[in-house]
Formats: sequence, structure tokens, C-alpha cells
Amino acid sequence: MRKRIPSKGIFALPYAVVCVIFVVFPLLLVVVYAFRSPDGGFSFSTIAGVLSNGSNYISLLRTVGIALLATVICLLLAYPVAFILASSPFNKIAILALLFVIPMWMNFMLRMFALQSILAMMGIANTFWAAIIGLVYDFYPFMLLPIYTALVNLDHSYAEAAGDLGAGALTTFCKTTLPLSLPGILSGVTMVFMPCFSAYAVTDVLGNSDTTLIGRKISVLFDLQEWEAGSALSLLLLVLVMLTMLIGTLIQRRSKTRGNGTVQPNGGGRML
Amino acid sequence: MAERTVQKTVTEENGAKGASKFDKIVEVRGVTKVFDDVTVVDNMNLSIKRGDFVTLLGPSGCGKTTLLRMIAGFATPTDGRIFLEGKDVTDLPPHKRPINTVFQKYALFPHLNVFKNIAFGLKLKRIPDVKRNRKTGEPLLDPVTGSHIEIMRKYTKAEIEEKVNRVLKLVGLEGYGYRDTTSLSGGQQQRVAIARALVLEPKVLLLDEPLGALDLKMRKEMQFELKKMHDELGITFIYVTHDQEEALTMSDKVVVVSDGVIQQMGTPKKIYDEPANAFVANFIGESNILSGEMLQDYKVRFCGADFDCEDKGFGKNERVDIVVRPEDIGVFKAGSGKGQLTGKVLSVVFKGTYYEMNITAGDYEFTVQNTDSFAVGNEVELRIKPDGIHIMKKMRTVNEIITAVDGENTVDFHGGSFPFDNPDGLEKGDRVKVRVDFDKIELTDDERDGVIGGNIGQSFYKGTYYQVQVYTDDDDDIFVDTTDEWDIDDRVGIVIRPQDLRVEKYIEPEDEAQSVPTDSEQEEAEQNA
Repeated sequence: MRKRIPSKGIFALPYAVVCVIFVVFPLLLVVVYAFRSPDGGFSFSTIAGVLSNGSNYISLLRTVGIALLATVICLLLAYPVAFILASSPFNKIAILALLFVIPMWMNFMLRMFALQSILAMMGIANTFWAAIIGLVYDFYPFMLLPIYTALVNLDHSYAEAAGDLGAGALTTFCKTTLPLSLPGILSGVTMVFMPCFSAYAVTDVLGNSDTTLIGRKISVLFDLQEWEAGSALSLLLLVLVMLTMLIGTLIQRRSKTRGNGTVQPNGGGRML
Repeated sequence: MAERTVQKTVTEENGAKGASKFDKIVEVRGVTKVFDDVTVVDNMNLSIKRGDFVTLLGPSGCGKTTLLRMIAGFATPTDGRIFLEGKDVTDLPPHKRPINTVFQKYALFPHLNVFKNIAFGLKLKRIPDVKRNRKTGEPLLDPVTGSHIEIMRKYTKAEIEEKVNRVLKLVGLEGYGYRDTTSLSGGQQQRVAIARALVLEPKVLLLDEPLGALDLKMRKEMQFELKKMHDELGITFIYVTHDQEEALTMSDKVVVVSDGVIQQMGTPKKIYDEPANAFVANFIGESNILSGEMLQDYKVRFCGADFDCEDKGFGKNERVDIVVRPEDIGVFKAGSGKGQLTGKVLSVVFKGTYYEMNITAGDYEFTVQNTDSFAVGNEVELRIKPDGIHIMKKMRTVNEIITAVDGENTVDFHGGSFPFDNPDGLEKGDRVKVRVDFDKIELTDDERDGVIGGNIGQSFYKGTYYQVQVYTDDDDDIFVDTTDEWDIDDRVGIVIRPQDLRVEKYIEPEDEAQSVPTDSEQEEAEQNA
């Protein structure tokens, strides 16, 4: 049968245009600049230069380390809170709004400077741990929400079944609740780790020279008009982030858990 | 070698406990459960014999699942105790009770395959054994006393595998061990859930509407298999369902529950043949429920005719409810002289193996099932044999309340002043007993036409009239027999003619002088009964 009406796909066209202008085109520019020699021709020399520079690896490792540490702390702080929220009769909407929405009303940088003042009063401003506190503070809600969603949608009968089969409270948690909430944890980890990786503004305001992230380095390169080197480093970062996401997806697929829909709030990753 | 000894120990243990010392395996004593001020289970008493297949049957929300959850340990009774083999387990958490549950929606762990689901409980279980040499498996002896050293150990991998495979075979899922539970059909998931519970060899298996999610054919098949498993394993089954047919075909004993109260318990046959009250009769199978009068022992009158029956022990001319099953009514041609009632066929529906007919006789519309069909409009005769007539005591026939005279020739009745004839010259403030027959109360559409208002609670069709429960505004209830049909929660006015209010001076019983009688006529009625 021939189609008489235009497919619904046509309505996606405006979004596709916006996407091309603001996402695909800049990305292409990054790729083009990364492979451009100083004289304007195609060359691998910039990439090679970036790859052979040892200090890049050090900042990359440092970035990964800091992002991982912040993610782990977020997870350790968020899971118990999500668990309590999901299994208690409190007014959860109000508490979640308080934790998640209200901080968003204030400008992000303003919050960072406010936090800086508080940390200064405590005498720990511009230290390694101040930067970590800043990252955790900023990205905590992105860990809490997916875990909470996974736990609150978890059928209580699984825990009851485990208890029925002889598992005490701790065993029940380890053998059913925790593995069944894994999709929530994974999406929380992704949503915190990714932005932490590139959130150099936070570490700049709150941290010290030990917390200089790779993002700062890229920013400096662009400030120095070194477009090629900056783009090459950005591309490297992009590839790394994509690899991490791929691994996350693979783990998620292997764990095979289903039935507890985890919500990924829009705009999860803010690149700063 | 090791295996055999373990088996023996387990058997001995079971043998000792199974020595019929505790004939009642589960005992529920005065259990009440209140959720948010709503009494879901109201003072239930129940004892379950070892090895029985007991079904808790009732409409949804009647409290049967709550009772099951309390036996399993997922809910704690607000009041009362639960005993298992004579031991109080009320405060024991579920994982410490030798009871396993098959959940309504199976609750199979989605992150584990079939084998791991079934092995879940086995991996946690600890069994008694003696300390052994690691290599040879020979029991080690205590160097001081020379006896075996008793320890608790976990099942070995081989033992778990053997047990899981055996139970998989039992439920007909051999070779399914490494399948993903979510890839199985509903019936197969059901079998895994049963296997997971049975593999732990529980003393009692609880099943919470386990067949509810299956289609009809599958359900019939599983009913048969569950019954077979029960007979083979000898484990006590407590089964919850709202399906009366399921309850009647599978159980040794049926417990009919409604409004958190046990209405009747007994064998399926007894429940079907001799329902204790109108609710049970209505819930278990189709039935004709009529109102009649007991003339004397073995003689009852309804629909304007006298019948022989098999019941006795009622008061002379006592009003009773009569249950007649549709298949217990014989239909004959008019003029054959074989029936006790004459009627007219209103409708005929062929139901596969029989015809279902609606036949009016007297004021009642009988539902009749017969293998012969009669044309609509035909005059017929109906015969009911004595064993087809089941007589039940009427729950109550009169509203009774202890109250006081609150004015000149008026009496307080559920918050309203009702005028009454006052031949005894009772005065204001006198405590009185007021009685009103169910059929002497008039309900009005407009609340303002009544002395007091109320809401319609339940309504039971009694053949020629409806028995309606009306909740008055002082949170009490009265019963009204009416020919009008009312809907639940209808707002009505209540009118009683002065001559129908039977008021007499109330003399408090001496021994209860301390406790001021409340105006709960329910209690009074029960005492009278």
C-alpha cells in the first residue's frame, strides 16, 4: 500500500535542524581543527603532539581520579537516603523537590561561590577536599533521583519472597534489593561521573593546583588561541567519555535487570 | 555416604515432630488486624490440621490475604496470637518460620535464572550434621567424650543441585534450570514459584491466589497438579482464593471469610449443602434464597406452600431463610401433580449440559437448572425434595435498642425523637427497650421526610423483598425489609409509625448493673439468639 499522508518523521525536522546547527556542526569543527596542521592542511601532527605530551596523561588520570572519587562519595551518600525515602511514608515529593529542584533555582556559579565562602569559614577552601565537596554537592541530586526511582518502583514482594525463603534483613538487601536496583545505580553513576569529568569550573573555584582538570587545560589552550591543540585534546576526551558510556551500557545489558524503570532526567549532563 | 547420613538425620527429625503430638499444625487465636482504623481481620479463630488442604475463600478485601500474611509473618496481628505446632510464632520474622509462600504474582527474582531462584533458600538454609574429615567424609569423634561433634552446616553444591533438579522434575520443568525466569510463560513461572517454596520442605505451604493470573485452561490444569502435589508430599497447604469453584474442588476444608470474620468452615460438601447463612449460600454457587416460616420440626412454609425438610430445632413459627440450589428443583408439566408449586417459565438459557430457567412461582423468581427444557410462557410445576431445602436461622428479625424516653410520648431512637403509643405512661428519662420489626420501618427518598437520616449499607435480595442495612448518623446500623431497591450509599429518611415502636421499661440485669448497656442492638440481638 502506498503512503498517502506524510510520515510523522517530518515533524522531527525542525529539531534535526537545531541539532545539526548546535551539536553536529560544533563537533565537526572540533574534528576538523584536531586534524589540521598549522598551515591549514590535513595532518596527524596535532593529535600526535597531544598524545605524546606526558602532562596530558597526568591531568587525564587526575581528572578520572577526581571524578571517580566524587562519584563514589555521591553513591555512598545517595543510596541510603534513596532507600529511606523509598521505604518510608514521608512526603517524598516535598523532600525530593527540596533536594533536587530548589537548589536549581540559584545560579550554579553563585552556588559555587557561596560554597566557597562557607568552606573558607571552615578553613578548608581551595584544598583538594573542597573541590571534591563542591563536585559532590553539585551532582548529588543526579545520583539520588535515579536510585530513588529504581527503589520506589521495586516490587516489595521480592524482599518479602527473600525473607520467606529464609533471608534475614541484610541478606535480603544484598541478594535482592541491591542487585535489583543496579540499573538505578548505573544510571546515577553515569549521570554524575560524566559531568564531573568535565566540570572544571567547580574545581577551579573551590580547588587548588592539585585539582586542575583536563577541562581547564583545554580552556587554557583555547585562551592561548591554540585551536588545533585544544580541539585535539577535546576529541581525545570525547572518545574517552564515549568509551566509558559504552562500558556502562554493556554492564547494564549484562545485568539483565528489568521491570524497574529508571528515569533519566533530561539535561543530565551539563558540560562546564 | 555423607549424603545418606544427612538424609537420615532429617528424616528422624521430621519423624519425631510428626508424631501427631500436635495435630493442629497452625492455630490462629483471636487474631485481629487493624489498618488505619479499619478492622480488616476481626477476632479470627482457626485451627488447621496437619496435612490438610485448607482454603480461605472470600470476596476481595475480606481479610483472607491479610490473615495469610500474618501466618507467613509479613504482617503482625494488632491483637491475638498465632501458633505453629503449639509454639507461639506471632513475633517471629518470616525467615525464621518453617513456612513458605507462593506469591500472587510469583515474585520470582528477575536477576536470577530458574535454578538460582529455586536454590535461593537452599543456599541460606543450615542443617544439622556431625563434624567430618574433610577428605574421607568420615565422622570425627570428640577426643574427650568419644561422641560425634554436632554442627550446623550449609548444603553442599551437589546437594543443592540434586534437590533443585528433583523439585524441577516434580513441577514438570526438567531441563529448565538455566532458563531466564522472564522468558517463561505464566504457567511455567507459577511452577517455578511453587518449586522454590517446596524445595525447602516447609511444614506449611501458603498459596496466595496463585492461579489468578492464569487463563482458564491453565488454571484447571494447575488445580489438578497442585492437588496431586499436596497428596504426594503430605505438606499442609493453606490456599487463598476468591474463586468458589477452585475452593470446592481442591480443598479438604473451606473457610469462608467475609468482612474480616469467618462465616463458616467445613468440608466443601458441607459448605455447599448446608451454608450457615445467606452470605455463604450466595457466595458458594448459585442459589435461591427465600424467606419462610418454620411450622414445626421437619416442616417449613414458603411461597405459600408447605414443604417437608430435614431441619429441626427452630422455634414454632420462627422466621427463617431458606436456600434452594438451582439443580435441586425438579420441573414438571403443569397438571402432572408431581410438584408442590406451580409457576410460569420466564426465560430459558442453554448452558451446555443443562438448561437454566427463570420460573416465577408464588412471589419468587426461582433460578432452576434442569436437563429438560420448557418453553417460555409454559405453566410448570416445581418440586423440591426435603434434602434440597436448607434452612438457616435469620440473622436478626427485629431491631432492638436500649435507650430512654426523651419527651412526652417520644423516645430517642438513634438520635431522633420518635413518637410512640404510651399505654404504660412512661415518663421522660425512663430507660426503655425499643423493638421495631424489620418490615415496620419505612425508608423515604427525601431525608427530610424522615425523623432521622441514614445511608444504605448493604442490601440482600431475599426473594420477595430486600433486606437493607442502614447506617444511622450515630454510626449504628438498623435493618429494614423493603420491597424497594436501594443503592449503596443512598441517603434516606427513616420513618416509623408510633404503633410499630414497641417500647417497654428496661430493667438492667443485676449482674450487669455496672456496665451501662450501650445502644448497640447487634450485641443485644446476639444475646437473644
